[in-house]
Amino acid sequence: MRTLKFMMAASAVMVAGTASAQTQLSLWYHGAGNETEAAILNSIIDDFNASQSDYAVAIESFPQESYNDSIIAAAVSGSLPDIIDVDGPIMPNWAWAGYMQPLELSDGAVDNFLPGALGYHNGELYSVGLWDAAVAVFARKSVLEGAGIRIPTLDSPWSKDEFSGAIDALAATGDYDYPFDLGMAWGGEWYCYAFCPLLESFGGELIDSSAGYQNAEGALNGDAAVAFGDYFQNLFQNGMIPGTNQDGADRDRGFLDGKYAMQWNGNWAALPAVEAFGDDMLFLPAPDFGNGNKIGSASWQFGVSASSQNVAGASAFIEFAMQDRYLADFTAGIGLIPATAGAAAMTENYAPGGAMEIFFDLSNEQGVLRSPTPAYLVATGEFEKAFRAIADGGDVQAALDEAVDAIDSDIEANSGYGMN
Amino acid sequence: MARKSLLSSHNTAGWIFAGPILLLFSVFMILPFVMGFLLSMTNARLISPNPPEFVGFSNYQRMFDVAILTIDPIRDEAGQIIYDEGGQPTYPRTRNWTRNKEEYPQFFRKTEVFRFNALRGEKRKNVFLAREPSFVHAMKNTLFFVAVVAPLQSFLALGLALLINQKLPGINIFRAIYFMPVVISMIVVAFLFRLVYDAESGLLNNLLGGMTFGLIEPIDWLGQRSTALWAIIIMSIWQGVGFHMVIWLAGLQTIPATLYEAAKMEGANGWQRIRFVTWPGLRNTAILIMIIITMQAFTLFVQVAVMTDGGPLNSTTSLVYEIVRRGAVQQQLGFGSAMAIVMFLIVLSISLIQQWISRQRS
Repeated sequence: MRTLKFMMAASAVMVAGTASAQTQLSLWYHGAGNETEAAILNSIIDDFNASQSDYAVAIESFPQESYNDSIIAAAVSGSLPDIIDVDGPIMPNWAWAGYMQPLELSDGAVDNFLPGALGYHNGELYSVGLWDAAVAVFARKSVLEGAGIRIPTLDSPWSKDEFSGAIDALAATGDYDYPFDLGMAWGGEWYCYAFCPLLESFGGELIDSSAGYQNAEGALNGDAAVAFGDYFQNLFQNGMIPGTNQDGADRDRGFLDGKYAMQWNGNWAALPAVEAFGDDMLFLPAPDFGNGNKIGSASWQFGVSASSQNVAGASAFIEFAMQDRYLADFTAGIGLIPATAGAAAMTENYAPGGAMEIFFDLSNEQGVLRSPTPAYLVATGEFEKAFRAIADGGDVQAALDEAVDAIDSDIEANSGYGMN
Repeated sequence: MARKSLLSSHNTAGWIFAGPILLLFSVFMILPFVMGFLLSMTNARLISPNPPEFVGFSNYQRMFDVAILTIDPIRDEAGQIIYDEGGQPTYPRTRNWTRNKEEYPQFFRKTEVFRFNALRGEKRKNVFLAREPSFVHAMKNTLFFVAVVAPLQSFLALGLALLINQKLPGINIFRAIYFMPVVISMIVVAFLFRLVYDAESGLLNNLLGGMTFGLIEPIDWLGQRSTALWAIIIMSIWQGVGFHMVIWLAGLQTIPATLYEAAKMEGANGWQRIRFVTWPGLRNTAILIMIIITMQAFTLFVQVAVMTDGGPLNSTTSLVYEIVRRGAVQQQLGFGSAMAIVMFLIVLSISLIQQWISRQRS
C-alpha cells in the first residue's frame, strides 16, 4: 500500500512537472464516443489552459451508460476528479451523498441563465448547465388547420378540453394510426421527464414540495393525480395513444412517416422534423390541464466534486466554459438549447426567427424541475412503473398508491434525505 | 496404519492441487455470499452519507409481510348487493383499509396482489395484500416459469437428442441447426423476438394471419397479461433447448451399442429399447440436466429486462429482475441482498430435494 502511494505521488509529481507548475484539474465527462461533443469541449479546455497559468484541465470521457456507475465507484474508493458533469435531476442525490460541493462563481455569473440550467440543492448552487432541453407537441400546420384545430401559442395554450377535442378531431380524419404519441417505447428517465410536468399541470406532484419533499402521499395519489391517470388511461384505452408495446422504430419515425398526427417529443428530434416538413412544422407548448402549461427542464450540468482541493480553480473553469460563444458552439454542434439568450442569438436555429426559436421560450417559461430532492432517484423509477401500469389498463388509484408507498418508505428509510 | 500414512502423504499434494479452485471458490463464491448475507441485515444503500445500520431480519420480515383482508360487496339501504353495468357486484376500495394506519395497522401500506372468493358469505372476497407486491408477483412468476420450463425444456431436448442421435447422411447439419440459438446471446434473441412478437407487424402475427387468411386478428403477445409470460417461456425454451440437447446427446453416446444389440436379440421393439436401455443409461444425465435447467430458469432476467420491463401489470417480473431493480437501480442494497439470499435458499433447497429424490438407492 505504501509503495503504491509512493508511486502515485511520484507520478503526480512527474505530471505536474511537465505541466510547468500549473495545478492539474481532472474533468470527467459522460460523452465518450461523440466526436463533435469532444471537439467542442477540448477547444474550451485548450482555451482555458492557455488563458491563465494557474490551472491545467485534463479531460477523461466515459460512455454515458456507465458514467454514473464510474462516479459512484470513484466516490466509494475516494478517487473522484475535480470537475464532474451530472444529470440535473440526479444532482441533489449526489450533493446529499457528499460527492459534490457548492460552486464558487463570481456574483452575477448565472444571471442570464435559463432556470433549468441551474442546479440548486438546499439553497446552494451546485451545478450549471451549458444547455437545456425542452419537449413540445410536434404537429403540422396543414394537418391542424385541415381538422379545424386552433393553433395554440405559449400565451394561450390548449386547455384540457381543446386538447381532447384536437385528439378526437385528428382521430376522426382516419388518416393516422394514432392521433397522438407520448413515446411509451422510451423507458427510463423519459417517463418522469416527459410526463411528471403533465401531472403537475393537473395539480398533482411526484413528491409533495409543500411538505418539504418528505412524502408523496396526497401529491402522487390525490384526486388531481388520479384525474391525470384516468385521463391518460382513457386515451390509451380508446386507441388514441400507442401503449407500452410501442415499437422503438415507430417512436423514431412514426411522426415523420405520417403514422402519428402529433407527437410529444424533445428539441433533439426537432431538426429532422424541420427538414421533413419545413415551414409546415409546428412546435407547440404543452396543454394547460388546469394548473399551467409545464414541461420538464434540466439536462447535463457541470459541478465540483466534494473531494476536490481546488474548488476555486474548478469553479473558474466552469465559469470560463459558461461564455456565450461556447454555449453557441454546443448548440451548433449537438443541437441543444443554449442556456442564455445571448448565446441563442448567436445560433442559426435558436436565434429570433430561427426554426427552433420556440424551444428557448418553452424552456424559459414552461420549464419545471423534476422534484429537486435526493429522493428523486427512487421516485422516478416508481413513477415509471405506475405510469406503465396505468397505460396497461391497471387500476389508477392502486398503481399510484403503490408508488406512493414505495417512495414514502424510501424517504423514511433515509431519514428524510436531509431536505430542509 | 500403513493405510493412514498413505492418506496423509497424499493429503499435502491433494491440498496443493485443490488450492487454486478452493481459493477462487472462496473469493468469488463464499465471500460474496457471506457479504450478501451481512448486507441483507442492514439498511445499506449504494449511495448514502449515512453509515449502514444493523436492522436484523426486518428486510426479510418486510418481504413476507402479507395479510388477507375480507371484504363484503357494497349493499344499498335495503341490503341488496349493488351490481355494476357488467353485472358484477361492486366492492369497497381496499385503500379504505390500507391507508388507515390508526384503525388497521396490519393492512397499512399494503397493496392488493390478487383476490379470491371467500368460503362463507354471499359474494364475499378475500384480498391478498402484501407490503412488497412486486416481490410476491416476482416470486409467483419465477416459480411458474421454472415449473413450466424445467420439465418442458428437458423433454424437448431429449426428443431432439434422440432424433439426431442417428447415423444419417448430413445429420451434423441438423445438430448445428438445433444448436444455433444457443450460440446467439440471449440479449440478441430477446431483441429479435420483440420484433417477432410485435403487436401490429410482428412475424408471428403475420404468419398466423397469413395461414388463416386474416381470420386471426393480430395479438399483442407481450402486451397482455394472459400471453406475456407464455411468450417469454416459449422463447426461452427455443433458445436454451439446444444446449441441453447436446448434454443428452453426450449421455446417449455413452450407452454402449452392445446393450442395444443384446436387447434387439432378445426381441425388444423400439419403444422397449428406449424404456429399458436408453432411459436407465441416462439416469445421471437426467439428474444433471434437471438441476441445471432449474437453476438457469430461476435466474430469468435478460428476457424480462429487454422485452417487457416486468409488465404488463407485473405479469412478467422475475426475482432477479426485482433484485436488480431494487438493489442496483434504486440502490437499496440491503433489501436487494435480502431478496438474493431468499432466492439462493429456494434454489438450494430445490436442488437438494431433486438430489434426494434421485439418490442412488443402494
